[in-house]
Formats: sequence, structure tokens, C-alpha cells
Amino acid sequence: MKDERERAERRSRYYAGARAAVPFALATLVLGVSFGVLVRSLGWGAVAAVGSSVLICSGSAQFAVAAVLGSGGGPFAAIVAAVLLNARFGPMGVAVAPYLKGGPLRRALEGQTVVDASWALASRGGGRFDREFMIGATVPQVVAWIGGTAAGVFGGDFVGDPERLGLDAIFPAFFLVLLIEELRGGGSAITVALIAAVLALLLVPFAPPGVPVIAACAAALLGLRRTS
Amino acid sequence: MTTLWITILAVALANAAIKASGPVLVGGMELPSRANAVISLLAPALLAALVVTETFSEDGTLVLDEKALGVGVAAVALLLRAPVLVAVFLAALTAALARALG
Repeated sequence: MKDERERAERRSRYYAGARAAVPFALATLVLGVSFGVLVRSLGWGAVAAVGSSVLICSGSAQFAVAAVLGSGGGPFAAIVAAVLLNARFGPMGVAVAPYLKGGPLRRALEGQTVVDASWALASRGGGRFDREFMIGATVPQVVAWIGGTAAGVFGGDFVGDPERLGLDAIFPAFFLVLLIEELRGGGSAITVALIAAVLALLLVPFAPPGVPVIAACAAALLGLRRTS
Repeated sequence: MTTLWITILAVALANAAIKASGPVLVGGMELPSRANAVISLLAPALLAALVVTETFSEDGTLVLDEKALGVGVAAVALLLRAPVLVAVFLAALTAALARALG
């Protein structure tokens, strides 16, 4: 009986995560459409366009690949750009790792569900994460990203320029919401956030895209000072 | 196989490996409390870096544009205790209006 209750409780958290992610799935859908339209205009085939969204399933990496290849760069430059941008999933994965389940293979698979909005939505402050909530939140976003790409490739440009709709302001505003939540606990989190923000901004003009965010993680080393 | 497909497959594999690395390496281990202190501070560090880079950077340069205005309006709304979705919506609306007018 207890098992059954626990299972039902877990199931409800998967659904809660999925529901919480719906607004971000809508934004992701629009971005997916614009990605589909963009790569179609670059001459990618429909299978490659939709295939990249299924296989890579990461907006930042895919836009980077499209931008580098589209501007005449080689595959190596495109791969490096995508890896640098997505290197942030390394520390994000470290942060959720204690809350994932099973052996190495299962943990590796569960780690694939780490995407920006889900990871941030599932953060419970003080370094805690809600595994079921995160996995649930990823599902509608993946569906929206792949579906949006397909719609953009086959349906054409019915959303127009995402910037004209102000959609590029949605993700930083959303990260700001979660940052404020994280900082409510006070203490070293505020200092760490300030150092990270300054580090990232200082590096933007000098480092390739993606590197400032990774380097800013060094601010978390302030945790070493804690004696207890 | 075309260059495009090689790139797509390589990025897909690299992305999967990056996402698997943390859960596989850290997972299940009992970590010393200092390591846990660092890990628990990764979230504020990453979020702060994402906020500032997504707001103020464009193609490797620092910019102050309509997007920053939108995020600024969201910040004010949040400080005035507006609901999350209202704040995020205001960010998009402000950026869109500023672009339409500017």
C-alpha cells in the first residue's frame, strides 16, 4: 500500500512538472518553427532539419551549428561552438546527479532530460532538485521543439521573426525569476551570483559564446570556504 | 555522408556525453560536505551567468537593447511581487513594443 501511494505521489509530480513547463513549451515551439524556417533557407533537407532536432534536441547547439555552417564555417568549428555552448549541461548534470536514480546507464539516460527550463524549474533551492518534476517538465518541451522544427520546415514561416514578438526576452526573464528564488535563501548564494554575473560579463567580449557561462561556475568554489 | 550529417551526429553524441557526464561521475557517490557546498552553489552561479549573458550579449559583444529593457521591466515586476508568468509576459511585451516603436 505504501509503495502504491509513493508511486501515485511520484506520478503526480511528473504531471506537475509537465504542466509547469507548458508556457516554456509554447516559447520553444515558436523557436522550433523559426529554427525550421532558418535551416530550410540555408538549404538543409527536411530530414536533416527534423533529424537534428530529434538527435541533438538542443536549441542553443542547433542554432550555433546553423549559424557557423551558414556563414561558411567548417564542421569542426560548428561542433566546437555547439560543445562550448552546451558545456553548461556538465555542471547542471553535476548539480542534479545526487537526485537521479539507478546504475550508470540509467543515470546517463536520466541526465539527457536536463534542459535549461526543466533544470531551473526543478531546482528547490539550497542545491536540492526534484527529479520527477524535471523529467516531466522536459517532455512537453521536447515535443514542442521537434514539432516546431517540423512545422517550420514543412509549414513555412507563420510566426515571423521571434525578436519582433519579444520572445528573446522570455528566457533571460525566466532565468531571472529562478535566480531570485535561489537568492531568497540569502547567504553565500548572493555573493556567488554576483561574482558569476561579473565574471560572465567580463568574458563576453573575449571568449567564444558559451565559455563565459562555464567560467562563471568557478564562483561556486566559494563553497569551499564553508567550514562545517 | 554529407558534412551536415557528420556535424549533426557529432554534436548529438557530444551533447549526450556532456549531459551524461555529471550524473554518471557524481551519481551515487557520498561526497565530502565541501564538495556538496560547491555543488549546491552551482545553481545560483549558472542562473546569474545565464541571465546576464542572455540579456546583455549578442554575438560576442556586450549590448544594451530592447531585450534588456524587457528583462528590466520583468525584474521590476518581480520585485513588486508580480506572478511569474506576468513578469515573463511583460518582458516579451516590452521588448516587442520597444522594437515596434523604435
